[in-house]
Amino acid sequence: MAIKDPPKTAERQQAKRPSVYQDEALEILTAAREGWEASARESFEKRPPWKSDFTTVSSMDVPHLVTAEQVADVDPVGDIGVPGEFPFTRGIHPSGYRGRLWTMRQFAGFGTAADSNERFKYLLSHGQTGLSVAFHLPTLYGYDSDHEMSKGEVGKCGVAVDTLADMEVLFDGIPLDEVTTSMTINSTAPILLAMYLAVAEQQGVDIRRDVSGTLQNDILKEYIAQKEYIFPPRPSMRLITDQFAFAAEHVPRWNTISISGYHIREAGSTALQELAFTLRDGVEYVQYGIDAGLDVDDFAPRLSFFFNSHNDFFEEIAKFRAARRIWATVMRERFAAKSPRSWMCRFHTQTAGCSLTAQQPYNNVVRTTVQALAAVLGGTQSLHTNALDETLALPTEENARIALRTQQILAHESGVINTIDPLGGSYFVEELTRRMVDGAFDYFGRIDELGGMVEAIEAGYPQREIMDAAFQYQRSFERGEKKMVGVNDFVLEDEEPLETLYISDDLAAEQVAALERTKSARDAGAVGRTLDALKRGASGDANTMPLILDCVKAYCSVGEISDALRDVYGAYEEPAVF
Amino acid sequence: MGGHRILIAKPGLDGHDRGAKIVARALRDAGFEVIYSGLRQTPQQVAAAAVQEDVRAVGLSILSGAHNALLPEITGLLASQGADDILVFAGGIIPDRDIETLKEAGVDAVFLPGTNTQEIVDYLNERLG
Repeated sequence: MAIKDPPKTAERQQAKRPSVYQDEALEILTAAREGWEASARESFEKRPPWKSDFTTVSSMDVPHLVTAEQVADVDPVGDIGVPGEFPFTRGIHPSGYRGRLWTMRQFAGFGTAADSNERFKYLLSHGQTGLSVAFHLPTLYGYDSDHEMSKGEVGKCGVAVDTLADMEVLFDGIPLDEVTTSMTINSTAPILLAMYLAVAEQQGVDIRRDVSGTLQNDILKEYIAQKEYIFPPRPSMRLITDQFAFAAEHVPRWNTISISGYHIREAGSTALQELAFTLRDGVEYVQYGIDAGLDVDDFAPRLSFFFNSHNDFFEEIAKFRAARRIWATVMRERFAAKSPRSWMCRFHTQTAGCSLTAQQPYNNVVRTTVQALAAVLGGTQSLHTNALDETLALPTEENARIALRTQQILAHESGVINTIDPLGGSYFVEELTRRMVDGAFDYFGRIDELGGMVEAIEAGYPQREIMDAAFQYQRSFERGEKKMVGVNDFVLEDEEPLETLYISDDLAAEQVAALERTKSARDAGAVGRTLDALKRGASGDANTMPLILDCVKAYCSVGEISDALRDVYGAYEEPAVF
Repeated sequence: MGGHRILIAKPGLDGHDRGAKIVARALRDAGFEVIYSGLRQTPQQVAAAAVQEDVRAVGLSILSGAHNALLPEITGLLASQGADDILVFAGGIIPDRDIETLKEAGVDAVFLPGTNTQEIVDYLNERLG
């Protein structure tokens, strides 16, 4: 992407945007900058730059120096503003991190519900402030643990949940009116939300008043990047708008969706693509909500976002700041949302799993620290820091603790929380923030031309863009244009292998036996009735959410409920291209 | 050198296809004829595709931890169909302790995170001639 030339005095006056810089001062600065350019050139003639590539990790050009000239037309109020006010570039809370620190929310889940319940209690007792549940792949894909496709997968990438009985164990002894829980679940999100609400009811919690948490529920990025889809895009969007409507009425503090760039980035996108595709997904959800007859200000305040924080420090900070400015602009201007809460881009961040190396894994603590610092300086609302061994396995308890301690050190020792948006006003950061905003709107234009994000996905557009970026990224390391410490340079021969968490294949039998016990103890009549009612509702216009809640309470399994919906909606298969 | 037909497959439920697609593209660029299976393939589907497409090698990408269950099943199915001359290699997140077991089960090589794609190209050229 080309870097804009600084606007000339006449252009600046013509634009009539407020500026903190006086024209006279800028003219003096221009002369000084030209002087610097000459000196820099001279210096490079004597000694050329020591490498050829000074781009970001996303291969974005960055200037050698930015002065006030390049940001003279950035409006100090309209573009940057103050925290808690439109366009929220500097943050959504007027109180910054003095009012409330970000939520330290470590993603965890493995083995059986009892194993994960123990890890949750461990993390809470070490100062973690919210839960974040990882489910195993069969739950994510709507298969029970005894399904043929579940072979070898039970409890591996997350916790095995087949029925409400598992969910009861998972949250045993954890008061759901005191913790907030984030659940990484998409295609089967309504089923897991229903199970969570059923457990909260059993605990005697007032769901309307006291239950709060987040579902990932972002199906568009599944087609784009993570690939955990079940149904075709359009019925999937309907299940989501059903949840928007249900939650707005019955669980008003629940964040029904966490529109996610994390997986888009992990699939190999650039920072700009992550930003643009994620926010454009957000636009799509809002449009579908409005088209389903909802008032934008009824559901938009419950939309939240989830970003990746990769290695390139300033690129990430600019991305986070740009996300808030873009979302506020889109919500106010494109959708005419009236509530300032609808304009706010609230987000969770996870440090970049794909940046971690299997080689010299202790170095990953340093990478994660830099990434976490970028997220904090970017104003994240919650944060997951990866453990050093996460490129090898699910983390051990000790490594999970170091990851949490990394956040605590940033929060309590580094001092970066004292001042809101401390990099606001940096010439470079403001210039990069603006380029991120402009670049994202360019992508919006292309996707709008394709007819919207659902259509763009059907045409394979974002998938291709990401694949090309992933391939270019790989090539830049293989050609040595970029370095990965310990992988393509600074390599250690004969490394000591790390002790990692090992999940045995034996637990599958245990989980399958538990599922059989639940199935034989439940009321078979209620199972049949609730599943039939769901199929009828899903074929018609009824909101599917209360019907799914009935199924869950009858101890129908994730697989049974998903199969009922598969019968109605069919299954999606993507074209296998590379 | 090169030109051989290779199947790159994603067994199990794992949706992480970045590595599989990068390897597929790198092999294609190196002159191999590459078939990509797409996601969520059962061992039966992978073995059937390998036999039907008459490939010289199958690359299995798996990051979910299900390798011990799925990979030996694939090599077993190939053997039972008289196709054990098809070279089977794997890549992904596979703990060191499992590599020996997989090799005993007929997986010829396991490529771990951080592998240069050229290494895989060289490996195939050497093994397939």
